[in-house]
Amino acid sequence: MTGESLEQIAARRQAAREAQRCRISVCSGLGCESVGGEAVLSRIRERMEAEGLAGATEVYPTGCRGLCQRGPIVEVEWKEGGAARNHLYLDVDAERADRLALSHAREGGPPADLPSHAGDPFFTRQTKIVLANAGAIDPEEIESCIAAGAYSALEKALTDMTPADVIQEITRSGLRGRGGGGYPTGLKWSTVAKEQGAKKFVVCNGDEGDPGAFMDRSVLEGDPHEVLEGMAIAAYAVGAEQGYVYVRAEYPLAIKRLRAAIKQAERQNLLGSHILDTAFNFRVDVRTGAGAFVCGEETALIASIEGNRGTPRPRPPYPATSGLWGHPTLINNVETLANVPAIVRNGSAWFAGIGTEKSKGTKVFALAGQIKNTGLIEVPMGITLREIIFEIGGGIPEGRRFKAAQTGGPSGGCIPARFLDLPVDYESLQQVGTIMGSGGLIVMDESSCMVDVARFFVEFCREESCGKCIPCRSGTVQIHSILDRITRGRGELADLDRLGELADLLRSTSLCGLGQTAPNPVVSTIRYFREEYLAHVVERRCPAGVCTMSAGAAAERSARAHEGVTP
Amino acid sequence: MSAEQAVTTPKGGDKRLKMLDAAMRRQQFQPDALLEVLHAAQELYGFLAPEVLLHIGRSLKVPPSRVYGVATFYNHFTLKPKGEHTCTVCMGTACYVKGAGEIHEALRKEFQLAKGQTTTEDGKLSVVVARCVGACGIAPALVYDHEMVGGLTPESAVARARRWGP
Repeated sequence: MTGESLEQIAARRQAAREAQRCRISVCSGLGCESVGGEAVLSRIRERMEAEGLAGATEVYPTGCRGLCQRGPIVEVEWKEGGAARNHLYLDVDAERADRLALSHAREGGPPADLPSHAGDPFFTRQTKIVLANAGAIDPEEIESCIAAGAYSALEKALTDMTPADVIQEITRSGLRGRGGGGYPTGLKWSTVAKEQGAKKFVVCNGDEGDPGAFMDRSVLEGDPHEVLEGMAIAAYAVGAEQGYVYVRAEYPLAIKRLRAAIKQAERQNLLGSHILDTAFNFRVDVRTGAGAFVCGEETALIASIEGNRGTPRPRPPYPATSGLWGHPTLINNVETLANVPAIVRNGSAWFAGIGTEKSKGTKVFALAGQIKNTGLIEVPMGITLREIIFEIGGGIPEGRRFKAAQTGGPSGGCIPARFLDLPVDYESLQQVGTIMGSGGLIVMDESSCMVDVARFFVEFCREESCGKCIPCRSGTVQIHSILDRITRGRGELADLDRLGELADLLRSTSLCGLGQTAPNPVVSTIRYFREEYLAHVVERRCPAGVCTMSAGAAAERSARAHEGVTP
Repeated sequence: MSAEQAVTTPKGGDKRLKMLDAAMRRQQFQPDALLEVLHAAQELYGFLAPEVLLHIGRSLKVPPSRVYGVATFYNHFTLKPKGEHTCTVCMGTACYVKGAGEIHEALRKEFQLAKGQTTTEDGKLSVVVARCVGACGIAPALVYDHEMVGGLTPESAVARARRWGP
């Protein structure tokens, strides 16, 4: 312990900030990094040093700002006549970085020809709880997080609330699992809390395997302390002293930042023994996944943390009663845990005031596919798809027409255009045959073939099936071979019935969620795009022009593709 | 186990072996640290050779069958050496609908990789596929060794990889 309280650290940082002339933050999310975000950061730093303003300005990296398509993103905050001003720059290259740095250093304001995008609908239409700080703090520096309120909820829970109080708050807030299932979080916590047992565990599920989703990655990279704080509060509530964060190996930066965050939190006495000088102890270790989609299933995840092949087992017993090494274990998704500090800090009534009747709070979505503003957004539950895609997402590029949105990844389904005004929550999505899922939202236009998309997802499940139960192991192979046949122009009408039968079989007899939900993309595309299937099997053509349909056409197509790449 | 005597220790520099042993010591040789240890080994050697797997099994007191089972279950672990450089094509949904399939095909053609082959004959380059690297916002994305690049076309992806290729 440094001897300084959280409040003192926050006040000291706040005072230091007040004294500065301006603060310049550069997004260090993956999207911005890949287009030279780091170079922009060091360039602005150099310029400020050259101007002799190194001490008077703070130039620092932040987590993901969300609008990956328009990176690198830079925000400048300064004071003008006592009023706080800010300016958000998009598409910042070296030249723009130079200009904005010099302008702010010399003129004390932005260059006239670089407008601020802070007022763009992409930013103003969002409601941020989970990602509230991701774009404002330096995730690798704990004091900057503490200044933004990190660990104040843990302090409140430990000093003013009993574990039962905490569980009651979470229950009243109406928070539900953000990993896709939507199970009430408070109920899960109270089940684990009621279990007798000397040892309990809290596990954070960061095995974000859904292809096309990167919410958890951004939360872990942008605000790791928020997740750790949520875990610590959960551990206090259920009576656990050890936690694990299970992160995919594909996310090296998230792992690195999380490990650094744990070390820093331990040094500040916010994790470890006698946290904040109370009797509460909680240690967190990071466990790295190794590329197995099935490990997102909780019993498979447990097997993986125990060092085994990640295969699921039948439930009950649920992990809440018998989880890691047979001990009661609370498993929550990254985003679920990231909601916890805000709920404890602001109260359950505040949280329950956002969203719809049965789905409270916000949801983070990864917008991808054929949409102008690809990136990460956080919106209140109950927002319509139209608002998400056309107002925040900016619509479909190049004037093409919206065809469908896919949610829930390989376990989800497609939402056709006629449901664009559907308010998005757990129940409404289920009604139209898909699921909330973890938050991947892939937009497809007329250039996407729905049969091909279904084949893509089933191929994914076929590869990722762990092989333990036969319906999933063999069923996904069968469904895939039928779809493959159809996309090669060799399908027949009876194949559609066969797909339906197989889908029923997998749904009702597979051991875990992977197999049970694997047919969803197929069922959903047949339901809404039957005419497209019929075009493939009856007319032997692919309306979107994606499927090769015949061996001859395939050869011609690949020959064309090859011509384009010869040196 | 009599076969234990016959098993050789991992080849290729004692330093790496020492580092692997240190990684296992940090985990207190706990059998349930198997995944973490396999990660450490793959980072050191680039792939998991049979001798390395046996050595890990002996040290953690885990039967070779389980070590092999775990190492082959997870996509991330590879039992074959990779090329000098690796080009990872993301095949997540976002990348797929933006043409990752064509990029992959173009790379395989350019470097003359036969079906099932992922590394060029001269061992210079591996072309592999990832489930999703979470770079959906900049799809289609590729990872060149450790560098993430987004917004690629088959042409630009091949051009970038060619500086490593044969």
